[in-house]
Amino acid sequence: MMSMFERKIGRQIGILLVLAAVWGVIDFMIKGGILNPYYELNLILIGINIILAVSLNLINGFNGQFSIGHAGFMAVGAYGAAMITIKAHLPFVIALLVGALLAAICGILVGLPTLRLRGDYLAIATLGFGEIIRGLIVNIDYIGGAYGLSGIPKLANWTWIFWLTVLTVLVIWNFVNSTHGRATISIRENEIAAEAMGINTTKYKVMAFTIGSLFAGLAGGLHAHYFYTIQPNTFNFLKSFDILVMVVLGGQGSITGSIIAAIALTIISASLQKFAALRLVIYALLLIIIMLFRPQGLMGTKEFSLKMFRKKSKDKEGKQHGTAIGQ
Amino acid sequence: MALLSVNDLSISFGGLKAVSNFNMQLHKNDLAGLIGPNGAGKTTVFNMLTGVYLPTSGDIQLDGKSLVGLKPYQINHRGVARTFQNIRLFNDLTVIDNLKIAYHSHARYGLLGAICRLPGFYAGEKEIHEKSMELLKIFKLDHKYDELAKNLPYGEQRRLEIARAMATKPRILLLDEPAAGMNPQETHELMELIRWIRKEFDLTILLIEHDMSLVMGVCEIIYVLDYGQIIAIGTPDEIRNNRRVIEAYLGEEAS
Amino acid sequence: MEVFLQQLINGISLGSIYALIALGYTMVYGIVQLINFAHGDVYMVGAYLGFFATAILGWPFLPALLLSMVVCAILGMVIEKLAYTPLRNAPRIAALITAIGVSLFLEYGMMLLVTPQVRTFPQVLPEVQYKLLGNLVITNRQIIILVVTIALMLLLQYIVHKTKIGKAMRAVSHDKQAAQLMGINVNKTISATFAIGSALAAAAGVLVGIYYNAINPLMGIMPGLKAFVAAVLGGIGIIPGAMTGGFLLGIVEAMVSGYGKSLYRDPVAFVILIIILIVKPAGLFGKNVREKV
Ligand SMILES: Nc1ncnc2c1ncn2[C@@H]1O[C@H](COP(=O)(O)OP(=O)(O)OP(=O)(O)O)[C@@H](O)[C@H]1O
Ligand SMILES: [Mg+2]
Repeated sequence: MMSMFERKIGRQIGILLVLAAVWGVIDFMIKGGILNPYYELNLILIGINIILAVSLNLINGFNGQFSIGHAGFMAVGAYGAAMITIKAHLPFVIALLVGALLAAICGILVGLPTLRLRGDYLAIATLGFGEIIRGLIVNIDYIGGAYGLSGIPKLANWTWIFWLTVLTVLVIWNFVNSTHGRATISIRENEIAAEAMGINTTKYKVMAFTIGSLFAGLAGGLHAHYFYTIQPNTFNFLKSFDILVMVVLGGQGSITGSIIAAIALTIISASLQKFAALRLVIYALLLIIIMLFRPQGLMGTKEFSLKMFRKKSKDKEGKQHGTAIGQ
Repeated sequence: MALLSVNDLSISFGGLKAVSNFNMQLHKNDLAGLIGPNGAGKTTVFNMLTGVYLPTSGDIQLDGKSLVGLKPYQINHRGVARTFQNIRLFNDLTVIDNLKIAYHSHARYGLLGAICRLPGFYAGEKEIHEKSMELLKIFKLDHKYDELAKNLPYGEQRRLEIARAMATKPRILLLDEPAAGMNPQETHELMELIRWIRKEFDLTILLIEHDMSLVMGVCEIIYVLDYGQIIAIGTPDEIRNNRRVIEAYLGEEAS
Repeated sequence: MEVFLQQLINGISLGSIYALIALGYTMVYGIVQLINFAHGDVYMVGAYLGFFATAILGWPFLPALLLSMVVCAILGMVIEKLAYTPLRNAPRIAALITAIGVSLFLEYGMMLLVTPQVRTFPQVLPEVQYKLLGNLVITNRQIIILVVTIALMLLLQYIVHKTKIGKAMRAVSHDKQAAQLMGINVNKTISATFAIGSALAAAAGVLVGIYYNAINPLMGIMPGLKAFVAAVLGGIGIIPGAMTGGFLLGIVEAMVSGYGKSLYRDPVAFVILIIILIVKPAGLFGKNVREKV
């Protein structure tokens, strides 16, 4: 038993080394001025988008809820964290923590009453909550009102964002691949059966929603402290839809799918920066086409791994003898 | 004292009294049947016993403690597990994951252990995996542990649903038409299996079934429902010769 | 009191718009259980068509209204055929995501076509103000909005209750399979529902153009969402519910603005939504049903 534990530890150290190398090389390139600031900006955006997409995937993909108000929680995190550094002058870590926790608390507040709603009703409720949060921010002059908040110190950088992205993915990955994750997924598969099998469905729905919101808040805090100015409109439902597109494109229920989609879509939107309307038309068509032809997204609920390629050839053989059982 | 005692249980949907004054005493190790024509209210009784529906009146007691008002998952934690008439598996998950989910309430590690991958996590997962495989063996599904539940043939899906219910470690098992869609051979094997798990796990079983050979073959006591009311209780022989039961079934065929 | 009455008048005008849009939401939801997110954008397209007919073709109000309604009816049917029909048996979430896609497509496709610039409607109906009591004012435009809305609602009631297609719509929304067995052409009926709903939204778009004068490609988002709130408020799938919900929401919003809290107007609508969803998800006119297990 201990050997399995040790083997896992060994693999984890390997992954950590690869990540450290990626971080180190890019950090060196940024500090040495080799990396064009434009690329740096996009790397930062990719990190933030991965956090957003993976955390929304926990809610929509794994738990089978349907939230389209993720940007609202990002807003809470952004404003919460910014207030801590601007008004309370506390360290960045504390600001990020407070922002994330505030978002998580909002997640619980939103989740408890609305999560018993089904599918599309929940969607519209989360959208409503996102708009309420934005509407409240607009109405509070102390935090900048409709004009937004500026003068936030630029405390986030590549290092912060890279490692916090890694942390997010790790936490959600470990959560999903545990008995708690299975409980979460069972609700997506069949809520009535899940409850009959002893799963406290309310608890796990609220939990998924809270963890998802927590990380959306973290992404918000990072966003605020990288771009040093935030406006309520940054977090409107177009932002929520952006995140949704990443999750749907990558595959609802696939963490690696979300990561790949976040990277791809960040690059696509960067290259369409000058054509904002065109970008959204393309997004729109992408959404429709995915739903019509590949509703499970790129990855479905599978995870990307090198094993996939090895297994492919075996699958092909299997297919030829495949039967129609259960189709 | 009865393990499960149901007293004057009734429920109405709008104007329809689906079940009225249902009474039942199940003792430890009983193997009871619940039969009746279509729409008699059998599944509705299960739904009340497992907390899916809240009865309009009446009481359900397990070991002297009321189950009325508890959520389905709480009732499951008290030791009541069920299967569904229209199979409700976790279709897009593997066979073994279906069982592992049912083991959830018995998992030995917490949220922190999972997220930080503490040693307890690995030990806990190993235990869940082994226990699930053991159960799969009993239900002859171990060779298919890695297939998606939805890809199993119908009979195996029914078996998997029973196995999944067993993974929650119940004291009382409620089976809603476990043989529906099975061929005679499979039905026969299922009878053996039901007898065997009752002995092996010291279970109390209540099953709904339309297949009379199965009901008469395994059940020691049979409750007959018609239009939401009990019209007969007795041993298979008594039920076979009961006039009201015959009428209820003939009436159904005649219409 | 005067503020109250004035806001009541304004609220009824705004509510007419919401009600017209909400009808389409409710009818479509009633028949295919889809929140047609793109519905608010059909209303936007309707406004642009009205603008096109009046400002560019120089048509008067009524022909412009008709043109817009007819074209949007066709647009609604096309959207349904291309985007929603293939997904009729897919999970509802897939259809909902597609609807979001169609919505974004209409908004930003329109933006590519006509630029984001705000357009001003020509003065097809020069404003005339009528003084009621004291400072209480009602304009001819408000009267026209109300008259057109009521006329369309009566027409809709007639169609739904007295015509063959209306009966088919009610049958399909009650039970699709049974309707099919009875020989009703389900596809045609769903198409007709989209057409009627879209035509009503187009009418709302033209009326808004005339009332507020200014239109832009994103103008459909908020009214679309609010009309949905109105539909939920009245009980989704229920036609009189959508009308009542629309008027109620319009009046509440006008009151919030009238009493000096106009920035709270949008959040208030959503707070109403959340309260309704929590307290009575079936809406004011709906019955709660529980799922059979
Ligand atoms: N949620 C519900 N709402 C309204 N009526 C219901 C509901 N659940 C069950 N019923 C009604 O209660 C009655 C009993 O149904 P039930 O499913 O318990 O019958 P059953 O004995 O299990 O029949 P079958 O042998 O066909 O499974 C039926 O008339 C059914 O329509
Ligand atoms: Mg039944």
